[in-house]
Amino acid sequence: MFHSQSRLSTTAIAIFFLIFFATIALNTYAYSLLILSLIAIWAIMGMSWNVIGGYVGLVSFGQAAFFGLGAFEVVVLAHDYNVSPWLSLPLSGVIGGVSALIIGGVSLRLREFYFALASLAFPLALLYLVEWAGYVELAVPIHRERPWGYMQFEDPRGLPFVAAILMLLAFLASFAIERSRFGLKLVAIRQDEMAAKAAGIRTFREKLLATAISGVMGGLAGGMYALVILVVTPSSVFGMTISAQAIIISMFGGRGTAWGAVLGAVLLVPLSELLNSYFGSMLPGIAGVVYGFAIIFVVLTFPQGLYWSMLDAARKFRRAKSTTMPMVANVEALPITRPTKSNGVLLDVQDVSVQYGGVRALQNVSLSVAAGEIVGIIGPNGAGKTTLFNVFSGIQQPTSGEVIFDGDDTVGKGPDAICELGVGRTFQTVRAFPRLTLLENVVVGSFVRFAADRDALAQAWSVLERVGLRERAGALGSELNNRELRLMELARALASVPKIILLDECLAGLTAEDIEHMIVVLRELRKDNLTIIIIEHTVDAVARLVDRIIVLNYGSVICSGMPAQVLKNEEVITAYLGKRWAAHAKG
Amino acid sequence: MSWYALIENFLQLFVAGLTIGSIYGLMCVGLALIFGIMRVINFAQGDYMMIGMYIALFFVTAVAGPNSPAAFWWAFVSIAVVGVLMYLFGAATHALLLSKASGTHVIQTEDAGHTAQLLLTLGVSVILMNVALMVFTSNPRTILNPYSGNSWQFHVWGNDIMIFFNYARTLSALLCVSIAVIVALGLQRTKLGRELRAAADNPVAATYLGINVTGIHRVAFGLGCALTAIAGVTIATFGAFQPFSGLDYVIIMYAGVILGGMGSIRGAFFGGLTIGLIQQLSTLVLPIQLQMTAIFGVLLLILLVRPQGLFGKSVERA
Repeated sequence: MFHSQSRLSTTAIAIFFLIFFATIALNTYAYSLLILSLIAIWAIMGMSWNVIGGYVGLVSFGQAAFFGLGAFEVVVLAHDYNVSPWLSLPLSGVIGGVSALIIGGVSLRLREFYFALASLAFPLALLYLVEWAGYVELAVPIHRERPWGYMQFEDPRGLPFVAAILMLLAFLASFAIERSRFGLKLVAIRQDEMAAKAAGIRTFREKLLATAISGVMGGLAGGMYALVILVVTPSSVFGMTISAQAIIISMFGGRGTAWGAVLGAVLLVPLSELLNSYFGSMLPGIAGVVYGFAIIFVVLTFPQGLYWSMLDAARKFRRAKSTTMPMVANVEALPITRPTKSNGVLLDVQDVSVQYGGVRALQNVSLSVAAGEIVGIIGPNGAGKTTLFNVFSGIQQPTSGEVIFDGDDTVGKGPDAICELGVGRTFQTVRAFPRLTLLENVVVGSFVRFAADRDALAQAWSVLERVGLRERAGALGSELNNRELRLMELARALASVPKIILLDECLAGLTAEDIEHMIVVLRELRKDNLTIIIIEHTVDAVARLVDRIIVLNYGSVICSGMPAQVLKNEEVITAYLGKRWAAHAKG
Repeated sequence: MSWYALIENFLQLFVAGLTIGSIYGLMCVGLALIFGIMRVINFAQGDYMMIGMYIALFFVTAVAGPNSPAAFWWAFVSIAVVGVLMYLFGAATHALLLSKASGTHVIQTEDAGHTAQLLLTLGVSVILMNVALMVFTSNPRTILNPYSGNSWQFHVWGNDIMIFFNYARTLSALLCVSIAVIVALGLQRTKLGRELRAAADNPVAATYLGINVTGIHRVAFGLGCALTAIAGVTIATFGAFQPFSGLDYVIIMYAGVILGGMGSIRGAFFGGLTIGLIQQLSTLVLPIQLQMTAIFGVLLLILLVRPQGLFGKSVERA
């Protein structure tokens, strides 16, 4: 459905896997078949890492946990309970997935390096636990009597074939993620988690799901590894080398695409295996050294990985357009707001205070906004305007007080849940997803409202038309100018068909001409009966737009009323200009 | 078990925790210079330590012969050699690799270069471990000396409770505490210390004051590697190590630094001390093989429950 993120073409996949399967079929030499199995296993591990490390962008050091659990499950069941891999191999995926849910549930709240550190602790803890449980070295018993029943095929090509099928499955799963709304959500989370949350994406749930998928792949790779290698020790499957190798293979080949893991495995696995078989007895760590240099080389020279570098080179060569966007011939004008439950007060705020340590950012703020109203909030810097918006949208929890939005108590709810209730917002400094196209930036906002991708896209096109950005749909977030960025954020907020939108200084940094355009767009919105709250410094622009102005100073509401009235209020003038100048202004 | 035996057991573990904890403390001070203060991630910190331990082993074997009575003191002498070599090694790593992914030019980027630092030092770590495996083999080694088997004995409570202070462990702990104190004083009182703190607090502003931030980072990185390696050498006088030892210690170090609070040298030392105590006392309730598992559990708890550490600033700023 969403093509521009994924540059995987079906033909390339078909050709690659045909060649891979043919290489196995035409091979009889046991050693090269072993290498082919290992390529497949490490490609799966690379893809497993890529789901977290590439799509979500969290560097995980914990892939060995899934790998080791999968491997030990297979070998323990075979050794102690005589269970066939036909059962235990699929089960290794289940175990990987379940353990990933637990590990992810614990560590996904952490950011960046702290996530990496936490994820490193799991496989190492498991390593010691398994050793303590007495599993020092385990081998898969040989069943000559029933080779098929125990996946111990007489034909040496049997197991590599199974491994290749698993690789194909992992690849297709990655392919599906890259082209789905799920994949687009993950990319949005990677680029700006807060913006993704405010656009209604349940970031924790999506990250957890991604971790689970990664765990399934890792568990399967581990189970397969046990079947191919036959002897398993705790440090050979839970060791740091496993996690490091998964990272390096995926990073070398290209982060954020399943092709990366495949490329990395095809290039690095045979190289390290060959070195290992020639020099391994003399130099036991030679393979590790290759991986170590590979990752340093990648980070210093082409940090995105081989795949993306090749793609860039090819694009330069062909001078092709950076993005191709299917143009929709006639955009249907869809509603930008939904009916509210209550006809009177839509947003009711009672006695809200926010305290950071000793600083009181908001003090007993009470206000209410009626459905269909346009309200401006003004006040000097540090008056608490953005804090108030953050309370409305769930980014900041109030220390005390009550916020009722359309009959629902929103205190304690996160930005994603509040967005779902019908609150859209923009940010003071625009939060665009820089490497998504404008259309994708906006469609991310409509996922929360539309279950079908087609409807979500239609809504995105409709709001783009509405704000006048339809022609720019294919431009990347990083290519947009200031006016386009402000309009994009407005469009993203509208894409969720909100009941209210909160605009945080959406005129800031715009030229006079752009401000006029924005005012026209906003006035059009009011015709649809959308409720709007605007924070603004440009007082005269607000005065032309809104029904009512609320003035904040030092975290308290000091005045509220019709624009003309409020702007004459002495306290307001004093707040803005200071006492001395206020006296001048009056005189 | 009688009450006396229980108390004796506890006190003995407490003493063991204090001594090993003091050594972890110095290790953490080394990492704190790099990670806590400069906000640069070094995943290979434990592997530098492992290399330092091998250097000390060879130095002692060369000058004193195996298991000679003087071996222990020669190990203490070797920290000068190890310190200088690991300083140079650390500074060189910074110059060749980390300066490309840290410092003022990346401070404004999305993750301040952390992912690149993590991956670069992961590469260094993998290379060091495997090179060590090739050169030194996987056999566990230790700096053999008579002190590792002897103890001072103290009677508490008449003759019912007896506490052992192992020579090698106790002397090592004392050495590590002294070095940590010198480092802390040096950071407070010297020009280099002031520049270091300035470069850490606000690297961009420090450049405006004419401080060579890249240079200071290099010094901090070298010093951090040297201090950690010195702590490692003292461990080598009573404990075994092998090419993959660095990994366990790297977890201990990060747990200690984060527990102590980012940006605080004193905090890092006490963080390491706490980790040492937890590690030893965990054996009261857990089998001894699960000591490290207990530490991983503590690390997770710290990250989830108290990321601001016990003594300092929040990790969220990192």
